[in-house]
Amino acid sequence: MADLSKLPLPVPTPETRHFWDGTKKHKLLLQKCDDCGNAYFPPRPFCPACASRSVQVFEASGNATLYSYVINHRPHPAFDGVYSIAVVTLEEGPRMMTNIINTPQTPEALVLDMELRVSFGEITNDITLPYFEPAEVST
Amino acid sequence: MKPNSVAIVGAAETTEMGRIPNTSQIMLHADAALNAMQDAGLKPGDIDGVACAGESPTNIAHYLGIVPTWVDGTQVGGCSFMLHVRHAAAAINEGLCSAVLITHGESGRSRVGTGRRGGGSGHTLAGQFEGPFGTMGPPSAFTLPFLRYMKETGTTLEQLANVAVVQREWAALNPRATFKDPITIDDVMNSRMIAYPFHIFECCLVTDGGGALILVSAERARDFPQKPVYILGSGESVETPMVSQMARFESSKAFAVSGKKAFEEAGISHADVDHLMIYDAFAHLPFYGLEDLGFCKPGEAGQFIMDRNTAIGGKLPLNTNGGGLSYMHSGMYGMYALQESVRQMRGIAPAQVPDAKISIAHGVGGMFAASGTIVMSNQEI
Repeated sequence: MADLSKLPLPVPTPETRHFWDGTKKHKLLLQKCDDCGNAYFPPRPFCPACASRSVQVFEASGNATLYSYVINHRPHPAFDGVYSIAVVTLEEGPRMMTNIINTPQTPEALVLDMELRVSFGEITNDITLPYFEPAEVST
Repeated sequence: MKPNSVAIVGAAETTEMGRIPNTSQIMLHADAALNAMQDAGLKPGDIDGVACAGESPTNIAHYLGIVPTWVDGTQVGGCSFMLHVRHAAAAINEGLCSAVLITHGESGRSRVGTGRRGGGSGHTLAGQFEGPFGTMGPPSAFTLPFLRYMKETGTTLEQLANVAVVQREWAALNPRATFKDPITIDDVMNSRMIAYPFHIFECCLVTDGGGALILVSAERARDFPQKPVYILGSGESVETPMVSQMARFESSKAFAVSGKKAFEEAGISHADVDHLMIYDAFAHLPFYGLEDLGFCKPGEAGQFIMDRNTAIGGKLPLNTNGGGLSYMHSGMYGMYALQESVRQMRGIAPAQVPDAKISIAHGVGGMFAASGTIVMSNQEI
Protein backbone atom coordinates (compact mmCIF):
# COMPACT_ATOMS: atom_id res chain seq x y z
CA MET A 1 0.00 0.00 0.00
CA ALA A 2 1.33 3.34 -1.01
CA ASP A 3 0.33 5.69 1.78
CA LEU A 4 -1.75 4.32 4.61
CA SER A 5 -2.23 7.79 6.05
CA LYS A 6 -4.54 8.48 3.08
CA LEU A 7 -7.01 5.77 4.13
CA PRO A 8 -10.37 7.10 5.34
CA LEU A 9 -10.16 5.81 8.88
CA PRO A 10 -12.90 4.42 11.06
CA VAL A 11 -14.10 6.66 13.88
CA PRO A 12 -15.18 4.20 16.61
CA THR A 13 -18.42 4.89 18.44
CA PRO A 14 -19.36 3.65 21.92
CA GLU A 15 -21.14 0.71 20.29
CA THR A 16 -18.20 -0.34 18.09
CA ARG A 17 -15.25 0.52 20.36
CA HIS A 18 -14.77 -3.08 21.49
CA PHE A 19 -14.29 -4.23 17.89
CA TRP A 20 -11.48 -1.77 17.23
CA ASP A 21 -9.89 -2.47 20.63
CA GLY A 22 -9.97 -6.12 19.58
CA THR A 23 -8.26 -5.67 16.22
CA LYS A 24 -5.55 -3.67 17.98
CA LYS A 25 -4.82 -6.85 19.98
CA HIS A 26 -5.09 -8.93 16.78
CA LYS A 27 -8.43 -10.40 17.81
CA LEU A 28 -11.45 -10.46 15.49
CA LEU A 29 -14.42 -9.89 17.78
CA LEU A 30 -18.03 -10.68 16.89
CA GLN A 31 -21.16 -10.61 18.98
CA LYS A 32 -23.63 -13.33 19.82
CA CYS A 33 -27.14 -13.26 21.23
CA ASP A 34 -27.62 -14.96 24.60
CA ASP A 35 -31.27 -15.62 23.80
CA CYS A 36 -31.35 -16.88 20.20
CA GLY A 37 -27.69 -17.72 19.63
CA ASN A 38 -27.40 -15.55 16.52
CA ALA A 39 -23.83 -14.42 15.75
CA TYR A 40 -23.72 -11.03 14.05
CA PHE A 41 -21.72 -8.14 12.63
CA PRO A 42 -21.37 -5.12 12.43
CA PRO A 43 -21.38 -4.40 16.16
CA ARG A 44 -24.43 -3.14 18.03
CA PRO A 45 -25.54 -3.74 21.63
CA PHE A 46 -28.61 -5.76 20.71
CA CYS A 47 -29.41 -8.73 18.51
CA PRO A 48 -30.60 -7.78 15.02
CA ALA A 49 -32.41 -11.11 14.71
CA CYS A 50 -34.55 -11.00 17.87
CA ALA A 51 -33.92 -7.53 19.42
CA SER A 52 -32.62 -8.97 22.69
CA ARG A 53 -30.25 -6.66 24.59
CA SER A 54 -28.61 -9.66 26.20
CA VAL A 55 -25.61 -10.16 23.93
CA GLN A 56 -21.94 -11.00 24.38
CA VAL A 57 -18.70 -10.35 22.57
CA PHE A 58 -16.66 -13.36 21.49
CA GLU A 59 -13.53 -13.96 19.49
CA ALA A 60 -14.03 -15.34 15.99
CA SER A 61 -11.86 -18.16 14.67
CA GLY A 62 -10.45 -15.89 11.95
CA ASN A 63 -11.34 -18.45 9.29
CA ALA A 64 -13.40 -17.26 6.34
CA THR A 65 -14.23 -17.94 2.70
CA LEU A 66 -14.29 -15.50 -0.22
CA TYR A 67 -17.92 -14.52 -0.96
CA SER A 68 -17.44 -11.88 -3.67
CA TYR A 69 -15.11 -9.09 -4.73
CA VAL A 70 -14.13 -6.46 -7.26
CA ILE A 71 -10.64 -5.43 -8.32
CA ASN A 72 -10.63 -1.66 -8.25
CA HIS A 73 -8.74 -0.10 -11.16
CA ARG A 74 -9.27 3.58 -10.32
CA PRO A 75 -6.35 5.14 -8.44
CA HIS A 76 -6.78 5.44 -4.67
CA PRO A 77 -4.20 7.51 -2.76
CA ALA A 78 -3.75 4.82 -0.12
CA PHE A 79 -3.17 1.91 -2.49
CA ASP A 80 -0.48 0.92 -5.00
CA GLY A 81 -2.02 -0.12 -8.30
CA VAL A 82 -5.13 -2.24 -8.56
CA TYR A 83 -6.50 -3.83 -5.40
CA SER A 84 -9.26 -6.15 -4.32
CA ILE A 85 -12.26 -5.03 -2.31
CA ALA A 86 -13.85 -8.19 -0.99
CA VAL A 87 -16.65 -9.52 1.14
CA VAL A 88 -15.82 -12.64 3.12
CA THR A 89 -18.08 -15.06 4.96
CA LEU A 90 -16.71 -15.74 8.43
CA GLU A 91 -16.80 -19.29 9.77
CA GLU A 92 -19.34 -18.09 12.35
CA GLY A 93 -21.74 -16.83 9.65
CA PRO A 94 -21.52 -13.03 9.45
CA ARG A 95 -19.98 -11.34 6.40
CA MET A 96 -17.61 -8.41 6.35
CA MET A 97 -15.81 -6.22 3.84
CA THR A 98 -12.03 -6.43 3.68
CA ASN A 99 -9.05 -6.54 1.32
CA ILE A 100 -7.48 -9.85 0.29
CA ILE A 101 -3.73 -9.45 0.81
CA ASN A 102 -0.52 -11.43 0.27
CA THR A 103 -1.75 -12.79 -3.06
CA PRO A 104 -1.81 -11.43 -6.64
CA GLN A 105 -4.74 -9.07 -7.19
CA THR A 106 -6.03 -11.02 -10.18
CA PRO A 107 -9.17 -13.03 -11.01
CA GLU A 108 -6.92 -16.11 -11.35
CA ALA A 109 -5.59 -15.82 -7.80
CA LEU A 110 -8.86 -14.69 -6.24
CA VAL A 111 -11.30 -17.56 -6.56
CA LEU A 112 -14.73 -17.45 -4.95
CA ASP A 113 -15.13 -19.71 -1.91
CA MET A 114 -11.36 -20.04 -1.41
CA GLU A 115 -10.34 -20.42 2.23
CA LEU A 116 -8.99 -17.35 3.97
CA ARG A 117 -7.45 -16.43 7.26
CA VAL A 118 -7.58 -13.08 9.08
CA SER A 119 -4.42 -10.94 9.12
CA PHE A 120 -4.17 -7.66 10.96
CA GLY A 121 -2.73 -4.44 9.58
CA GLU A 122 -1.78 -1.64 11.98
CA ILE A 123 -2.68 1.68 10.35
CA THR A 124 -2.34 4.08 13.30
CA ASN A 125 -1.84 3.72 17.06
CA ASP A 126 -5.60 3.51 17.44
CA ILE A 127 -6.72 1.69 14.31
CA THR A 128 -5.78 -1.79 13.15
CA LEU A 129 -7.73 -3.15 10.18
CA PRO A 130 -8.78 -6.78 9.70
CA TYR A 131 -7.49 -8.07 6.36
CA PHE A 132 -7.68 -11.57 4.96
CA GLU A 133 -5.13 -13.69 3.12
CA PRO A 134 -5.28 -17.13 1.51
CA ALA A 135 -5.26 -19.80 4.23
CA GLU A 136 -2.34 -21.51 2.52
CA VAL A 137 -0.22 -18.37 3.03
CA SER A 138 -0.90 -18.40 6.77
CA THR A 139 0.06 -22.03 7.35
CA MET B 1 -53.75 2.60 -2.04
CA LYS B 2 -57.07 2.80 -3.86
CA PRO B 3 -56.53 2.01 -7.55
CA ASN B 4 -56.69 4.96 -9.92
CA SER B 5 -57.19 7.46 -7.14
CA VAL B 6 -54.24 9.59 -8.17
CA ALA B 7 -52.74 10.59 -11.50
CA ILE B 8 -49.67 12.31 -12.89
CA VAL B 9 -50.82 15.40 -14.79
CA GLY B 10 -47.51 17.22 -15.15
CA ALA B 11 -44.15 15.78 -16.11
CA ALA B 12 -41.01 17.36 -17.48
CA GLU B 13 -37.27 17.23 -17.39
CA THR B 14 -34.85 20.15 -17.32
CA THR B 15 -34.70 22.24 -20.49
CA GLU B 16 -31.14 21.10 -21.05
CA MET B 17 -29.58 17.76 -20.20
CA GLY B 18 -26.05 16.46 -19.94
CA ARG B 19 -23.52 19.14 -19.11
CA ILE B 20 -25.08 22.30 -17.66
CA PRO B 21 -22.23 24.32 -16.10
CA ASN B 22 -24.20 27.59 -15.95
CA THR B 23 -26.95 26.34 -13.63
CA SER B 24 -26.85 25.61 -9.92
CA GLN B 25 -28.45 22.55 -8.42
CA ILE B 26 -31.45 24.32 -6.91
CA MET B 27 -32.15 25.96 -10.27
CA LEU B 28 -32.14 22.55 -11.95
CA HIS B 29 -34.96 21.62 -9.53
CA ALA B 30 -36.74 24.86 -10.34
CA ASP B 31 -36.25 24.59 -14.11
CA ALA B 32 -37.79 21.12 -14.12
CA ALA B 33 -40.57 22.31 -11.81
CA LEU B 34 -41.42 25.29 -14.02
CA ASN B 35 -41.52 23.02 -17.06
CA ALA B 36 -43.78 20.54 -15.25
CA MET B 37 -46.13 23.31 -14.08
CA GLN B 38 -46.34 24.62 -17.63
CA ASP B 39 -47.02 21.08 -18.82
CA ALA B 40 -49.91 20.82 -16.36
CA GLY B 41 -51.14 24.40 -16.80
CA LEU B 42 -50.55 25.19 -13.14
CA LYS B 43 -48.92 28.03 -11.21
CA PRO B 44 -47.02 27.77 -7.91
CA GLY B 45 -50.15 28.99 -6.12
CA ASP B 46 -51.98 25.88 -7.35
CA ILE B 47 -49.43 23.56 -5.71
CA ASP B 48 -49.88 22.67 -2.04
CA GLY B 49 -47.58 19.68 -1.67
CA VAL B 50 -43.82 19.51 -2.25
CA ALA B 51 -41.54 16.47 -2.23
CA CYS B 52 -37.91 16.35 -3.24
CA ALA B 53 -34.52 14.78 -2.59
CA GLY B 54 -31.08 16.36 -2.83
CA GLU B 55 -32.47 19.67 -1.62
CA SER B 56 -34.82 20.09 1.33
CA PRO B 57 -38.51 20.71 0.53
CA THR B 58 -38.14 23.96 2.48
CA ASN B 59 -35.56 25.21 -0.03
CA ILE B 60 -37.64 24.20 -3.03
CA ALA B 61 -40.98 25.54 -1.71
CA HIS B 62 -39.42 28.88 -0.81
CA TYR B 63 -37.49 29.15 -4.09
CA LEU B 64 -40.62 28.52 -6.16
CA GLY B 65 -42.99 30.55 -3.99
CA ILE B 66 -45.12 27.62 -2.90
CA VAL B 67 -46.95 27.52 0.44
CA PRO B 68 -47.38 23.81 1.08
CA THR B 69 -49.72 22.05 3.49
CA TRP B 70 -47.67 18.85 3.07
CA VAL B 71 -43.98 18.18 2.43
CA ASP B 72 -41.89 15.02 2.06
CA GLY B 73 -38.11 15.07 2.19
CA THR B 74 -37.63 11.32 2.02
CA GLN B 75 -34.07 10.80 0.85
CA VAL B 76 -33.10 7.20 0.31
CA GLY B 77 -30.98 7.72 -2.80
CA GLY B 78 -31.90 7.49 -6.46
CA CYS B 79 -35.30 5.87 -5.96
CA SER B 80 -36.47 8.63 -3.58
CA PHE B 81 -38.84 9.93 -6.26
CA MET B 82 -40.63 6.59 -6.51
CA LEU B 83 -41.22 6.83 -2.76
CA HIS B 84 -42.36 10.45 -3.18
CA VAL B 85 -44.96 9.36 -5.74
CA ARG B 86 -46.16 6.67 -3.36
CA HIS B 87 -46.31 9.01 -0.37
CA ALA B 88 -47.94 11.77 -2.44
CA ALA B 89 -50.69 9.42 -3.55
CA ALA B 90 -51.40 8.53 0.08
CA ALA B 91 -51.34 12.21 1.11
CA ILE B 92 -53.76 13.23 -1.66
CA ASN B 93 -56.08 10.36 -0.73
CA GLU B 94 -55.95 11.44 2.91
CA GLY B 95 -56.75 15.05 2.01
CA LEU B 96 -53.46 16.45 3.33
CA CYS B 97 -52.95 18.30 0.05
CA SER B 98 -54.44 18.34 -3.44
CA ALA B 99 -51.63 18.98 -5.94
CA VAL B 100 -48.13 17.64 -5.28
CA LEU B 101 -44.96 18.79 -7.02
CA ILE B 102 -42.05 16.31 -6.91
CA THR B 103 -38.70 17.70 -8.01
CA HIS B 104 -35.22 16.45 -8.75
CA GLY B 105 -32.20 18.44 -9.85
CA GLU B 106 -28.59 17.45 -9.63
CA SER B 107 -25.43 19.09 -10.85
CA GLY B 108 -23.83 15.67 -10.79
CA ARG B 109 -21.18 16.50 -13.38
CA SER B 110 -20.54 20.23 -13.09
CA ARG B 111 -21.03 20.37 -9.28
CA VAL B 112 -22.50 23.88 -9.34
CA GLY B 113 -24.14 24.84 -6.06
CA THR B 114 -23.97 21.34 -4.60
CA GLY B 115 -22.04 21.95 -1.42
CA ARG B 116 -19.23 19.70 -0.27
CA ARG B 117 -18.87 16.22 -1.70
CA GLY B 118 -18.50 13.37 0.80
CA GLY B 119 -16.31 13.55 3.87
CA GLY B 120 -16.91 13.32 7.58
CA SER B 121 -18.58 9.91 7.60
CA GLY B 122 -15.97 7.85 9.45
CA HIS B 123 -18.34 7.24 12.35
CA THR B 124 -21.09 5.56 10.31
CA LEU B 125 -21.14 1.80 10.01
CA ALA B 126 -20.19 2.07 6.34
CA GLY B 127 -17.46 4.56 7.28
CA GLN B 128 -16.03 2.16 9.85
CA PHE B 129 -16.46 -1.16 8.14
CA GLU B 130 -16.33 -0.46 4.39
CA GLY B 131 -14.53 2.81 3.66
CA PRO B 132 -11.17 1.76 5.14
CA PHE B 133 -10.94 -1.02 2.56
CA GLY B 134 -10.74 1.42 -0.32
CA THR B 135 -14.27 1.62 -1.65
CA MET B 136 -14.50 4.57 -4.01
CA GLY B 137 -18.22 5.11 -4.33
CA PRO B 138 -20.65 3.04 -6.36
CA PRO B 139 -18.28 1.77 -9.11
CA SER B 140 -16.28 -0.30 -6.62
CA ALA B 141 -19.06 -1.18 -4.18
CA PHE B 142 -22.40 -1.42 -5.99
CA THR B 143 -20.61 -3.87 -8.30
CA LEU B 144 -19.36 -6.08 -5.46
CA PRO B 145 -22.20 -8.63 -5.41
CA PHE B 146 -21.92 -9.50 -9.09
CA LEU B 147 -19.16 -12.16 -9.09
CA ARG B 148 -21.21 -14.09 -6.54
CA TYR B 149 -24.32 -13.64 -8.71
CA MET B 150 -22.32 -14.99 -11.68
CA LYS B 151 -21.13 -18.04 -9.78
CA GLU B 152 -24.58 -18.89 -8.44
CA THR B 153 -26.44 -18.35 -11.73
CA GLY B 154 -23.96 -19.22 -14.46
CA THR B 155 -24.39 -15.75 -15.95
CA THR B 156 -21.47 -14.70 -18.18
CA LEU B 157 -19.45 -11.52 -18.62
CA GLU B 158 -20.73 -11.41 -22.22
CA GLN B 159 -24.30 -11.30 -20.92
CA LEU B 160 -23.35 -8.41 -18.64
CA ALA B 161 -21.76 -6.52 -21.53
CA ASN B 162 -24.81 -7.19 -23.68
CA VAL B 163 -27.00 -5.13 -21.32
CA ALA B 164 -25.08 -2.03 -22.38
CA VAL B 165 -25.29 -3.01 -26.05
CA VAL B 166 -29.08 -3.41 -26.05
CA GLN B 167 -29.66 -0.20 -24.11
CA ARG B 168 -27.47 1.69 -26.56
CA GLU B 169 -29.85 0.52 -29.32
CA TRP B 170 -32.71 2.19 -27.45
CA ALA B 171 -30.62 5.32 -26.86
CA ALA B 172 -30.01 5.62 -30.60
CA LEU B 173 -33.73 6.41 -30.97
CA ASN B 174 -33.61 9.16 -28.33
CA PRO B 175 -32.36 12.59 -29.49
CA ARG B 176 -31.66 13.64 -25.88
CA ALA B 177 -29.53 10.59 -25.04
CA THR B 178 -25.92 11.33 -24.15
CA PHE B 179 -24.51 8.35 -26.08
CA LYS B 180 -26.22 7.20 -29.28
CA ASP B 181 -23.52 5.43 -31.33
CA PRO B 182 -23.96 1.65 -31.62
CA ILE B 183 -21.61 -0.56 -29.60
CA THR B 184 -20.85 -4.29 -29.62
CA ILE B 185 -20.16 -6.76 -26.83
CA ASP B 186 -16.48 -6.62 -27.83
CA ASP B 187 -16.52 -2.81 -27.57
CA VAL B 188 -17.86 -3.08 -24.04
CA MET B 189 -15.44 -5.81 -22.98
CA ASN B 190 -12.49 -3.89 -24.45
CA SER B 191 -13.47 -0.61 -22.80
CA ARG B 192 -11.53 0.65 -19.79
CA MET B 193 -11.69 -1.54 -16.68
CA ILE B 194 -13.18 0.36 -13.72
CA ALA B 195 -13.62 -2.34 -11.10
CA TYR B 196 -13.22 -5.91 -12.33
CA PRO B 197 -15.41 -7.28 -13.79
CA PHE B 198 -17.04 -3.92 -14.69
CA HIS B 199 -15.86 -1.88 -17.68
CA ILE B 200 -16.69 1.77 -18.14
CA PHE B 201 -19.50 1.00 -20.63
CA GLU B 202 -21.11 -1.09 -17.87
CA CYS B 203 -21.14 1.92 -15.51
CA CYS B 204 -23.66 4.74 -15.66
CA LEU B 205 -22.94 8.21 -16.97
CA VAL B 206 -22.28 11.22 -14.75
CA THR B 207 -24.34 14.16 -16.04
CA ASP B 208 -26.37 17.20 -14.98
CA GLY B 209 -30.14 17.44 -15.17
CA GLY B 210 -33.43 17.24 -13.39
CA GLY B 211 -37.09 16.36 -13.63
CA ALA B 212 -40.39 17.06 -11.96
CA LEU B 213 -43.82 15.49 -11.64
CA ILE B 214 -47.21 16.85 -10.58
CA LEU B 215 -49.88 14.60 -9.09
CA VAL B 216 -53.55 15.27 -8.37
CA SER B 217 -56.60 13.11 -7.64
CA ALA B 218 -57.88 11.02 -10.53
CA GLU B 219 -61.20 12.92 -10.57
CA ARG B 220 -59.42 16.21 -11.23
CA ALA B 221 -56.99 14.66 -13.71
CA ARG B 222 -59.42 14.72 -16.64
CA ASP B 223 -59.48 18.53 -16.54
CA PHE B 224 -55.77 18.88 -17.31
CA PRO B 225 -54.26 19.43 -20.77
CA GLN B 226 -52.16 16.25 -20.82
CA LYS B 227 -53.34 12.67 -20.97
CA PRO B 228 -53.50 11.52 -17.32
CA VAL B 229 -51.20 8.76 -16.19
CA TYR B 230 -52.80 6.86 -13.34
CA ILE B 231 -50.91 5.32 -10.42
CA LEU B 232 -52.14 1.73 -10.18
CA GLY B 233 -49.89 0.55 -7.40
CA SER B 234 -46.61 1.16 -5.67
CA GLY B 235 -44.08 -0.37 -3.34
CA GLU B 236 -41.07 0.62 -1.29
CA SER B 237 -38.54 -0.93 1.04
CA VAL B 238 -35.02 -0.62 2.39
CA GLU B 239 -32.47 -3.29 3.25
CA THR B 240 -29.04 -2.08 4.40
CA PRO B 241 -26.76 0.95 4.07
CA MET B 242 -23.79 -1.42 3.61
CA VAL B 243 -23.59 -3.50 0.44
CA SER B 244 -21.45 -6.01 2.34
CA GLN B 245 -24.40 -6.73 4.64
CA MET B 246 -27.00 -7.64 2.00
CA ALA B 247 -28.70 -10.87 3.00
CA ARG B 248 -27.74 -12.48 -0.34
CA PHE B 249 -25.58 -11.19 -3.15
CA GLU B 250 -27.62 -12.80 -5.91
CA SER B 251 -30.86 -11.01 -5.02
CA SER B 252 -32.01 -7.70 -3.56
CA LYS B 253 -34.43 -8.05 -0.66
CA ALA B 254 -35.54 -4.42 -1.07
CA PHE B 255 -36.34 -5.05 -4.77
CA ALA B 256 -38.36 -8.17 -3.96
CA VAL B 257 -40.38 -6.54 -1.16
CA SER B 258 -41.07 -3.34 -3.10
CA GLY B 259 -41.94 -5.14 -6.33
CA LYS B 260 -44.30 -7.61 -4.70
CA LYS B 261 -46.14 -4.82 -2.91
CA ALA B 262 -46.54 -2.84 -6.14
CA PHE B 263 -47.89 -5.84 -8.09
CA GLU B 264 -50.33 -6.65 -5.28
CA GLU B 265 -51.60 -3.09 -5.02
CA ALA B 266 -52.01 -2.81 -8.78
CA GLY B 267 -53.69 -6.20 -9.06
CA ILE B 268 -51.85 -7.00 -12.28
CA SER B 269 -49.83 -9.95 -13.52
CA HIS B 270 -46.44 -9.82 -15.21
CA ALA B 271 -48.05 -10.53 -18.59
CA ASP B 272 -50.00 -7.25 -18.23
CA VAL B 273 -46.81 -5.14 -18.23
CA ASP B 274 -46.09 -3.51 -21.59
CA HIS B 275 -43.09 -1.41 -20.65
CA LEU B 276 -40.49 -1.56 -17.90
CA MET B 277 -37.87 0.78 -16.48
CA ILE B 278 -35.24 -0.68 -14.14
CA TYR B 279 -32.80 1.83 -12.68
CA ASP B 280 -29.48 0.80 -14.23
CA ALA B 281 -26.68 2.46 -12.33
CA PHE B 282 -24.58 -0.48 -13.52
CA ALA B 283 -25.22 -3.18 -16.10
CA HIS B 284 -26.07 -5.87 -13.54
CA LEU B 285 -29.03 -3.94 -12.11
CA PRO B 286 -31.48 -5.07 -14.83
CA PHE B 287 -30.67 -8.71 -13.92
CA TYR B 288 -31.63 -8.13 -10.30
CA GLY B 289 -34.70 -6.09 -11.29
CA LEU B 290 -36.02 -8.64 -13.80
CA GLU B 291 -35.53 -11.51 -11.35
CA ASP B 292 -36.51 -9.91 -8.05
CA LEU B 293 -39.66 -8.42 -9.60
CA GLY B 294 -40.53 -11.85 -10.98
CA PHE B 295 -40.22 -11.23 -14.73
CA CYS B 296 -37.50 -13.91 -14.93
CA LYS B 297 -36.60 -16.90 -12.80
CA PRO B 298 -33.41 -16.54 -10.73
CA GLY B 299 -30.38 -16.57 -12.99
CA GLU B 300 -32.29 -16.30 -16.28
CA ALA B 301 -32.22 -12.53 -16.86
CA GLY B 302 -28.87 -12.49 -18.67
CA GLN B 303 -30.12 -14.90 -21.31
CA PHE B 304 -33.54 -13.17 -21.39
CA ILE B 305 -31.83 -9.93 -22.45
CA MET B 306 -29.45 -11.81 -24.78
CA ASP B 307 -32.52 -13.31 -26.48
CA ARG B 308 -33.66 -9.72 -27.24
CA ASN B 309 -36.82 -9.87 -25.14
CA THR B 310 -36.07 -6.39 -23.79
CA ALA B 311 -34.76 -4.94 -27.07
CA ILE B 312 -36.58 -3.00 -29.76
CA GLY B 313 -39.45 -5.22 -30.93
CA GLY B 314 -39.11 -7.54 -27.91
CA LYS B 315 -41.99 -8.59 -25.68
CA LEU B 316 -40.81 -6.57 -22.65
CA PRO B 317 -39.24 -3.26 -23.77
CA LEU B 318 -36.82 -2.23 -21.01
CA ASN B 319 -35.06 1.08 -20.35
CA THR B 320 -36.34 2.58 -23.57
CA ASN B 321 -34.72 5.97 -22.97
CA GLY B 322 -31.27 4.31 -23.10
CA GLY B 323 -31.05 4.10 -19.32
CA GLY B 324 -28.43 5.34 -16.94
CA LEU B 325 -25.84 3.64 -19.14
CA SER B 326 -26.60 5.72 -22.26
CA TYR B 327 -29.32 8.34 -21.65
CA MET B 328 -28.21 10.25 -18.57
CA HIS B 329 -27.42 9.72 -14.88
CA SER B 330 -27.15 12.72 -12.62
CA GLY B 331 -26.64 10.71 -9.44
CA MET B 332 -30.28 10.04 -8.50
CA TYR B 333 -31.63 8.63 -11.75
CA GLY B 334 -35.02 7.41 -10.48
CA MET B 335 -36.73 10.59 -11.68
CA TYR B 336 -35.71 9.90 -15.30
CA ALA B 337 -37.06 6.34 -15.14
CA LEU B 338 -40.38 7.81 -13.97
CA GLN B 339 -40.30 10.45 -16.73
CA GLU B 340 -39.80 7.79 -19.41
CA SER B 341 -42.67 5.71 -18.02
CA VAL B 342 -44.91 8.81 -18.15
CA ARG B 343 -43.85 9.54 -21.76
CA GLN B 344 -44.59 5.94 -22.74
CA MET B 345 -48.03 6.11 -21.09
CA ARG B 346 -48.76 9.44 -22.79
CA GLY B 347 -47.67 7.90 -26.10
CA ILE B 348 -45.01 10.54 -26.78
CA ALA B 349 -41.73 8.72 -26.06
CA PRO B 350 -39.01 8.99 -28.73
CA ALA B 351 -38.87 5.17 -28.75
CA GLN B 352 -42.60 4.70 -28.24
CA VAL B 353 -43.83 1.18 -27.47
CA PRO B 354 -46.98 0.74 -29.60
CA ASP B 355 -50.22 0.49 -27.60
CA ALA B 356 -48.45 0.35 -24.25
CA LYS B 357 -51.03 0.53 -21.46
CA ILE B 358 -49.12 -0.44 -18.30
CA SER B 359 -45.62 0.64 -17.37
CA ILE B 360 -43.51 -0.06 -14.30
CA ALA B 361 -40.70 2.19 -13.10
CA HIS B 362 -38.49 0.40 -10.59
CA GLY B 363 -35.79 2.26 -8.72
CA VAL B 364 -32.83 1.53 -6.51
CA GLY B 365 -31.44 3.79 -3.79
CA GLY B 366 -27.89 3.69 -2.51
CA MET B 367 -26.17 0.43 -3.36
CA PHE B 368 -29.04 -2.06 -3.11
CA ALA B 369 -29.93 -0.06 0.03
CA ALA B 370 -33.46 1.02 -0.89
CA SER B 371 -36.07 0.46 -3.54
CA GLY B 372 -39.28 1.96 -4.92
CA THR B 373 -41.65 0.62 -7.57
CA ILE B 374 -44.44 2.50 -9.37
CA VAL B 375 -47.04 0.85 -11.62
CA MET B 376 -48.66 3.32 -14.03
CA SER B 377 -51.38 3.10 -16.64
CA ASN B 378 -52.97 5.37 -19.22
CA GLN B 379 -56.26 3.49 -18.78
CA GLU B 380 -58.97 4.27 -16.24
CA ILE B 381 -59.30 0.66 -15.17
